[in-house]
Amino acid sequence: MIRVVVPAHLKTLIDHHGEIHLKVGDPVTQAAVLDALEREYPVLRGTIRDTQTLQRRPFIRFFACEEDLSHEDPGAVLPAAVVEGREPFFVVGAMAGG
Amino acid sequence: MSGVRVLVGTRKGAFILTSDGKRDKWDVVGPIFGGWEIFHVKGSPVDPNRIFASQSTSWFGQLIQRSDDGGKSWAPVGKEFVYDGTPGTHQWYDGTPHPWEFARVWHLEPSLSDPDVVLAGVEDAALFRSSDAGESWSELSGLRGHGSGPSWQPGAGGMCLHTILVSPADPGRIFVAISSAGAFRTDDGGATWRPINKGLHSEGIPDGDAEVGHCVHRLALHPSRPDVLFMQKHWDVMRSDDAGDNWVEVSGNLPSDFGFCIDVHAHEPETVFVVPILSDSEHYPPEGKLRVYRSKTGGNEWEPLTKGLPQKDCYVDVLRDAMAVDSLDSCGVYFGTTGGQVYASADSGDSWAPIVSNLPAVLSVEVQTLA
Repeated sequence: MIRVVVPAHLKTLIDHHGEIHLKVGDPVTQAAVLDALEREYPVLRGTIRDTQTLQRRPFIRFFACEEDLSHEDPGAVLPAAVVEGREPFFVVGAMAGG
Repeated sequence: MSGVRVLVGTRKGAFILTSDGKRDKWDVVGPIFGGWEIFHVKGSPVDPNRIFASQSTSWFGQLIQRSDDGGKSWAPVGKEFVYDGTPGTHQWYDGTPHPWEFARVWHLEPSLSDPDVVLAGVEDAALFRSSDAGESWSELSGLRGHGSGPSWQPGAGGMCLHTILVSPADPGRIFVAISSAGAFRTDDGGATWRPINKGLHSEGIPDGDAEVGHCVHRLALHPSRPDVLFMQKHWDVMRSDDAGDNWVEVSGNLPSDFGFCIDVHAHEPETVFVVPILSDSEHYPPEGKLRVYRSKTGGNEWEPLTKGLPQKDCYVDVLRDAMAVDSLDSCGVYFGTTGGQVYASADSGDSWAPIVSNLPAVLSVEVQTLA
């Protein structure tokens, strides 16, 4: 299972406040994980990436294994620790203070 | 027993405030959609249990929520606002052409006759319509396409279509207002549009009397006289007696004619409410006194309403969509502030009391009068 953590706003939206566990077929890529996430929770379509272009929204980042994967090719295979379920894939809202 | 339901949109969620007809004790529910910006919440006049909410953040984009049980439960509906055809460009801040880009829904206007029909005013300025209770949206593109669209330019708050008024006498007649393009009217249900800004004068644009380019903040009308319009402009309070064809200034003795909100008494078509704000650079009331001004003469002669409102050290703003009236026998008036207060008057503005005092900044206030 692929472990996914989404930001608080999206947890509220889907009414799921823990880690999300998804079945994702090979190859486990960023795009495949997001596809599976949106299949499980259709309301998330458009909140993480544009519905038409599938481009990451500007204030969204993707982290895993202490690395920023935001600018990686969406079709690239994710780190082994994510693929094997040892580490979660984080969808992160960019920080803003005030 | 009759009652009211006040729908409040804030920077960090929605709140629903309910009371019986006395309007002296209130139940407060919220935050609903906590953490999300709720620009507007409005109920259907046909089916009060049907309520629409515009939910967004800059991070996660736009959603539309709908309740069919008076706000007890909500479900997301359609959120695809796609401009019709090739969107084209409008003017950017530096005067260069800029592609039309959807940012958010500012205002939702449910139909006066069909609970499944709702209009949405969006940024970048355009008008969308749903005929399936918000499940899908299509643009009434005649507005942007009527000719002046490419010359529209955003104000500091974005180029938003923030006001939608459907004539109670003619569902084909719709008035909209756009910051900072001006007011527009259709008489054929949205197919064709024309600017209705004759008589407006704005010092912040090169040609102060131009056909478009005026920063209209809000329009209001009384259902019994749908051709009489009132306007709070960036500066100036205006009135039209011919459905917007011509406007005259009715600021009269207001301490400042800058402001955002304006509304009309439910039973007295010549009684109008505004909240003067000191200036466009100082978004707070003159003298630190929060005063609603009421005209019982359709403008020009205004009286301050202060009982129950803070009269010193008050530096909040009242935004364009943050005032509403109920239609109980003794008309209730409501407004919300950027300081998180929602004030109510059950006596047409003579006296006020806060319903709540510490909400997030209030973006919108609507009220439903319940049988």
